[in-house]
Amino acid sequence: MSVTGKIYGINGPIITIQGNLGFKMSEMVYVGEHRLVGEVIGLTKEQTTIQVFEETTGLKPGELVEGAGRALCVTLAPGIITNIFDGIERPLQLIGRQSGAYIPRGVSVDLLDRQKKWDTKITVKKGDMLTGGMVIAEVPETPAILHKVMVPPDVEGTVIGAVEDGAYTIEEPLVTLRTRTGEERELIMAQQWPIRIPRPIQKRYPADRLLVTGQRILDTLFPIAKGGTAAIPGGFGTGKTMTQHQLAKWSDADIIIYIGCGERGNEMTNVLEEFSQLADPKTGNLLMGRTTLIANTSNMPVAAREASIYTGLTLAEYYRDMGYHVAIMADSTSRWAEALRELSGRLEEMPAEEGFPAYLASRLSAFYERAGYVENLNGTDGSVTIIGAVSPQGGDFSEPVTQNTKRFVRCFLALDKSLAYARHYPAINWLTSYTEYLNDLEGWYIANVGADFIPCRNELLNILTTESRLNEIVKLIGSDVLPDDQKLILEIARVIRLGFLQQNAFHEEDTFVPLEKQLEMMKVILYLYEKSKELIEMGMPMALLRENRIFEKIIAIKYDVANKELYKFGEYRQMIDEFYHGLLETNA
Amino acid sequence: MSIEYLGLSEINGPLIALEGVQNAFYEEMVEFVVEGGRRKKGRIVALNEDKAVIQVFDNTDEMSLKNTHTRLSGHPMEIGLSLDILGRTFNGLGEPIDGLGKIKPEVTLDVNGLPLNPCVREYPRNYIQTGISAIDCLTTLIRGQKLPIFSGNGLPHDQLAAQIVEQASLGEGSEEEFGIVFAAMGVKYDVADFFRRKFEDSGVSSHVTMFLNLSNDPVAERLITPKVALTAAEYLAFEKGMHILVILTDMTSYAEAMREVSASKGEIPSRKGYPGYLYSELATLYERAGIVQGRKGSVTQIPILTMPNDDITHPIPDLTGYITEGQIVLERSLHQKNVYPPINVLPSLSRLMKDGIGAEYTREDHQDVANQLFSSYARVGEARDLASVIGEDELSATDKKYLKFGVQFEQEFVAQGGNENRTMEQTLDIGWRLLHILPKEELDRIDTKILEKHW
Repeated sequence: MSVTGKIYGINGPIITIQGNLGFKMSEMVYVGEHRLVGEVIGLTKEQTTIQVFEETTGLKPGELVEGAGRALCVTLAPGIITNIFDGIERPLQLIGRQSGAYIPRGVSVDLLDRQKKWDTKITVKKGDMLTGGMVIAEVPETPAILHKVMVPPDVEGTVIGAVEDGAYTIEEPLVTLRTRTGEERELIMAQQWPIRIPRPIQKRYPADRLLVTGQRILDTLFPIAKGGTAAIPGGFGTGKTMTQHQLAKWSDADIIIYIGCGERGNEMTNVLEEFSQLADPKTGNLLMGRTTLIANTSNMPVAAREASIYTGLTLAEYYRDMGYHVAIMADSTSRWAEALRELSGRLEEMPAEEGFPAYLASRLSAFYERAGYVENLNGTDGSVTIIGAVSPQGGDFSEPVTQNTKRFVRCFLALDKSLAYARHYPAINWLTSYTEYLNDLEGWYIANVGADFIPCRNELLNILTTESRLNEIVKLIGSDVLPDDQKLILEIARVIRLGFLQQNAFHEEDTFVPLEKQLEMMKVILYLYEKSKELIEMGMPMALLRENRIFEKIIAIKYDVANKELYKFGEYRQMIDEFYHGLLETNA
Repeated sequence: MSIEYLGLSEINGPLIALEGVQNAFYEEMVEFVVEGGRRKKGRIVALNEDKAVIQVFDNTDEMSLKNTHTRLSGHPMEIGLSLDILGRTFNGLGEPIDGLGKIKPEVTLDVNGLPLNPCVREYPRNYIQTGISAIDCLTTLIRGQKLPIFSGNGLPHDQLAAQIVEQASLGEGSEEEFGIVFAAMGVKYDVADFFRRKFEDSGVSSHVTMFLNLSNDPVAERLITPKVALTAAEYLAFEKGMHILVILTDMTSYAEAMREVSASKGEIPSRKGYPGYLYSELATLYERAGIVQGRKGSVTQIPILTMPNDDITHPIPDLTGYITEGQIVLERSLHQKNVYPPINVLPSLSRLMKDGIGAEYTREDHQDVANQLFSSYARVGEARDLASVIGEDELSATDKKYLKFGVQFEQEFVAQGGNENRTMEQTLDIGWRLLHILPKEELDRIDTKILEKHW
């Protein structure tokens, strides 16, 4: 028998019920005659406070509130991948078919398709001893993803019956267990999990495998590890969303969960359209075949915006449990923090910094801590990588969300307004960004790319740092008065900036660059530096070196050498040699 | 049949409390009859059992705790619409004020609207030629986009908006119907009148629907005006298949009104005294732009906002920029140099531009030319900084060329006449001509093939 109560007060998305009627904290509730979904967020002897995930226009005091008896859960079963959900896992495409262009209030839909029959291969037999997390069946969900049906984490027992391989819906019983207490329990594909509770794991591993993104500035300068956390802060128009899109398209995770939290509707439409057409470079399957979108756009109810982050995390953890590497793109965590602020304001809580609630930091840390490279309950390895965009107010990184995020992430990719104004994309500032994963990943680079990768990377960063120091001087007195060796550093830094760091997301070849090519590019740039330096040391003026078009040619490598034509780098080395000897001969 | 309540329990600024209310619902419309027969409208903004807090869309003068009759309407804020609204002028609540009588509604719609399902949106791709180079080439306006103008007091944002409307509507194909919805929130009478005259002069006034809440009109009414206007726009676009351009001016007054009402409700302020839900409220307005699959029309928004103290990091422009698909930023120093339109192209941006230009839509070299102009003009800034320290004479030959490029870019590319309507071809060709000022090897943003073809 579920608990019920009557609405007393309504203020935006927050409603109150008088008296303590036995609702539980975080319990899911249905509010009013439209049965709007809500969640209990506060209990006192005098009143129960509920946040509603839908518009509350039209609600009346006195209408019924009914408790669901369980926390706000998501349904986990085949049918999640390729889908697009709102903040509480309601499928938007289905809502669109049912209700037209607009999302009405109190819409009642099944979270996942209950009619569809999935091809199922049972992997257990009578007598098997099963514990939580173990795989009982396999379902090809999309061409890229084999869905593994698992025993819920809190269940164990001996198989006393299993169905034949065949087509089943997500609610038909597949396996019957006898639990330790002697009860019989039927297992179906679908399981429920409360969104605010992390799914259990066996143990955590250090994050020492690279998440390959194909984006040069990330893979070489500021790598992210699988199971790691990264934040991308930047003012509006600096390219947060573009960077997130690039990562969602090209990173080598098995599954992408893209959370559009309080962002633009057109952007979600764009992702949906584009991912349904683009092919994954590794498998050739459509990108949408490994992607789930959660779209709680900025005009959708604010409480569901707060929940959308957790919904995404729970879906990610579920696929991690199957042994997949999942990457979460959360765009943007600031909107989520602002949703917290908005709700906190409505609850008349004591505000801390900039009106944000005092629990902002603990919520952020709890969110990022759900990332990790882990051993699952069933012995497989999987990871959840979280990449969160941050939209600081006024582009000022000293605001609370950016500062608190910085404490809990290990890779910080600061987007820079002035780079964006000059249309230098990705506009990641190489001086203020950092990554803590480099040391952990060193072994991986040596084993998978080459021992010279990290030294080259450090040399590159070194040149860039020197450039910024020299630029301080140039700003005061101009570049003409610098000695030639320093002019050369400026020139090489320019080559690095234009030819290496800048990457064109709309160029067929340049949008994704394999690590081998990244290494070759670095090596060729550094070779040019080495040879030019020799010439300068022999007393050649920089102006003479500049006359040669070699610098421009090296910059254009990103367009001129296709990703598959790595042999061409030999020609460039030859060109540099010719340039070197040519200058020596004519000016000796 | 509805109950009338006599008397009120509290009046505080635009907010009224009423006790003993039966069967009221959240955001229900209420009508007051004040002694002497004056009618006022209001909306329930908070409910606690039988106590309702009502926001009055008018001033509360003459109201007392005893002389007011209150009647609940039984429905949320609605507006009656039909094609007759074209060519008409309404107040901020959607009531006709042009003396031509009421319109006969075909449908009655809730002004709050509902969120558009991202799955049924169509991604906007068709560009609108505005005839203004700085916009067409560098921040291309796309049909179905929301592209605000960030301006300051005393800058010619109204003139620019009017020019966009005039030239964009001229450029439309003749078979497609277009319309303009104009919403004024707390602007001066002169501004509203300027737009009215402009629309008349260019002969589009029969396609214009105006919603006016002037600066001396009630503050609370201002909170409803854009919602009414956007409801009308959505009706014309998605029911009647028209291409609607919505001008919302001035968003700053709208946000200030929200702050004022929030303060009198006693809410906890967040940034600069604005309520915590400012972002959500702005988003529910701006997101009502776009194109819906399977329907003919579109809603394109050009909101205008004046940045307080020209500060782009102020909460209003800041939050707006995070919701809209780009922005056009006007710059005071360009205005002082007599450049019209004084668009500072560097912080200006159109997010939808990348998918609406190129060989299929405009010209194959468009993206590259735009990137190069942005990057070169950014270099101009550096060269100017350096020149102000060491003097122009000491600059290197390349930097001197950049200075020259900068001046000509502002005078010939950005600046144009108030009635000058340039084609996309003309605009891009001016761009190429200016790039010729620079040495060819400086043009690092242009694909080698395109450079060879157009140089």
